[in-house]
Amino acid sequence: MVNTRAFDEIWGTGGPDAPRTEFAALSRWIHDTPSADLERRLQSAEATFRQLGITFAVYGEKEASERIIPFDLVPRIFLPDEWRSLSEGLIQRVEAINAFLNDIYGKREILKAGIIPPELIFRNPQFRTEVAGIRPPHQVWAHICGIDLIRTGPDEFFVLEDNARTPSGVSYMLENREAMLRLCPELFREFRVAAVDGYPDMLHGTMRSVAPAGREKDPLCVVLTPGHYNSAYYEHSYLADAMGIELVEPADLLVDDDIVYMRTIGGYVRVDVIYRRVDDDFLDPLVFRPDSMLGVPGIMAAYRAGNVTLMNAPGNGIADDKAIYSYMPEIVRFYTGKDAKLPNVETYRCREPDAYQYVLDHMHELVVKLVDGSGGYGMLVGPASTKAEVAEFRKAVEAQPERYIAQPTLALSTVPTFTDSGIAPRHVDFRPFVLTGKGKPQVVSGGLTRVALKEGSLVVNSSQGGGTKDSFVLLDDPGTPTRSQRQSGGGRSQQQQQGG
Amino acid sequence: MTVMLSRTAASLYWLGRYTERADFIARLVEATVRLDALSARPAGEDAWESALIVTYNEEAFAETGEDLNQQNVSRFLTMDTAHPGSIMECLRMARNNARAVRTALTREAWTAINRAWLEFQKIDNPGGTSATLNLVETVKAEMRGFEGAIHRMMKNEATWFIRLGGAIERADNTARLIDVKYHLLLPEGEKVGGVVDRDQWTTILQTVSAVTAYRWLYREGLKPGSVIELLMTRPELPRSLAACVDETVDVLAMLGKRTGLQGEADRMARARLARMNKTRGDEVIVSGLHEYLQAFIRENAMLDAAIARQFRFV
Repeated sequence: MVNTRAFDEIWGTGGPDAPRTEFAALSRWIHDTPSADLERRLQSAEATFRQLGITFAVYGEKEASERIIPFDLVPRIFLPDEWRSLSEGLIQRVEAINAFLNDIYGKREILKAGIIPPELIFRNPQFRTEVAGIRPPHQVWAHICGIDLIRTGPDEFFVLEDNARTPSGVSYMLENREAMLRLCPELFREFRVAAVDGYPDMLHGTMRSVAPAGREKDPLCVVLTPGHYNSAYYEHSYLADAMGIELVEPADLLVDDDIVYMRTIGGYVRVDVIYRRVDDDFLDPLVFRPDSMLGVPGIMAAYRAGNVTLMNAPGNGIADDKAIYSYMPEIVRFYTGKDAKLPNVETYRCREPDAYQYVLDHMHELVVKLVDGSGGYGMLVGPASTKAEVAEFRKAVEAQPERYIAQPTLALSTVPTFTDSGIAPRHVDFRPFVLTGKGKPQVVSGGLTRVALKEGSLVVNSSQGGGTKDSFVLLDDPGTPTRSQRQSGGGRSQQQQQGG
Repeated sequence: MTVMLSRTAASLYWLGRYTERADFIARLVEATVRLDALSARPAGEDAWESALIVTYNEEAFAETGEDLNQQNVSRFLTMDTAHPGSIMECLRMARNNARAVRTALTREAWTAINRAWLEFQKIDNPGGTSATLNLVETVKAEMRGFEGAIHRMMKNEATWFIRLGGAIERADNTARLIDVKYHLLLPEGEKVGGVVDRDQWTTILQTVSAVTAYRWLYREGLKPGSVIELLMTRPELPRSLAACVDETVDVLAMLGKRTGLQGEADRMARARLARMNKTRGDEVIVSGLHEYLQAFIRENAMLDAAIARQFRFV
């Protein structure tokens, strides 16, 4: 089955008795905190999440149509050096993504250079001819990226997926931190953790920096949500609230003479920057799906005319498409002139004959994915599937090979997690958030750690029973104790020296 | 210039109306349970019937074909989801409106609504008398919490739209309560001032949380004329018609000052206040209380429509 001796981010490879030296204190905390105490804190966290309505909707489920995502108290922790090199890799990746989008909807140099097969672009439903030729302010397309990472060892990080459309989850990063500060304050005395609560200001700053030409002085920014039945509505309202800007629904907007307005009690007010959480397909019925009830007719014309900034830009799907993903190392090299600092997971494209044959022969060892699937659906985890499941998936791949890619089953790192049978390692992934406005991309010092709560499971998606954890990014130790009153000496001061 | 979305304003206004309505039904159920317990049969049945009429629910209840008793009616008024007039449905609508305008509310205001709604998700039957009383007590407590949270919110149009909705809803509820109960209380041939009568009048006061207020203002004991006067014309009582009319004018004025939007709704509200200031309870009883209250309810509905136009709710 799945490798249970994967790299554990706290315990290393030696198990609970021989944790990584930097995390000895956390390992001790895990060991010394009674289960009943953790259980009580967990319940308190979940009650708060429910009261606040931090819920997500699971489509097609009536009973549990509003669920909370399970939260785990044991944080995952990044050391300052680990974070520095991750950040460099993320910035490089996001710069390449923006350069790629700007090129593919512009001069298409990358196709002329023969880096990517043209049909992979032109026959891709994610490629939107409707936005070709558009030059968004500062040539930024992917203002908010959530790059999904996995880890297999101390220094082995891989990009699993580039989310350049409407990545969600940042509200969990923020709320999880609030919960941790309240429930486990002792951990923040132990570790110097970088704050994440500046995110809304960073986001607002990013929005303002990409205002349309002539509207830079005091641009009116809004968050556009499909509505309060959307599964991520909580996040939309949270962000609008934290930025102090309006949360609008499509029906609140209208376009007149290529200018976007919102309907207010005082009449129509011009809108300049829209952080839209509505998918491309539903954005504008005049341009995309004509049956969309969610859209704002004319908004694309206003965008094309440069009178409003949409973030993220429509058409970004071509950059985070799973078929394009396998070309990311080449894409990074083409635009930055350097090798990708963050590697891809090795990927077999079933559209290529050799790879196709390899995938058919090794299906039981691979993770096979639908190119246009998401949320853990349309995916086979070979080693964890029955023969019948593999056979069935095989048929689907044989029918339409070009729709599938495959990757080796990696031993995803684990983090100790509170389970029904005590603290045990569970597999995790990580989604950091990168913001790009007028200047250089900024990486938020934190992110969303998703954890597969089932033993051995590699599927971390919340719609499939995954949970979340807080992600600590440690600050460099300043060399002197930051607190004058330490509650106890011994272990802590020792730790202080080791960390220094 | 203000930039509040029209949809937000409408949702806040309706949030104010639905929370007020949920609270009113909760108090009505509570007072009726008490009246029922005190009354000899079949007075209890009348009590529940009037509770249905006050909340515009008599037809919907008749359609269920159920017997008119405490168990059935209190279930119907608290948690029946087949019609819009139960506490649970009011909370659901309030929560929907609140969710749609999360950004205009503070955490405290939202969680009060959400907690009350969650309370109803836990149960599928109000249970016996004490369980019903506990349930309505919870609703009342959360609605108090909501009101408190509203008063601690920024003094801006968000707060005022909620309060405006509350004032319009409260005016309707109180007018309806007096109208129905007064009719019911003076059946032909019944001796005014009897035991049942006394309990009935106390029930009215309880429903608008005015038992203590009445004792402070009227030293001479329970008199129907005084109860009517208190509920209609005494601005000291927050749920009196006079207080609702007054608050509507005030809130509209504050909205106008902040948004620059004044018009038909302000004129109607001020005209209503001027008339209310000249109204005397005893004169109204003589000239026809029912007609007066019916006209008041109609006018209240017209004001509601004028508000929607003035602030571009649609």
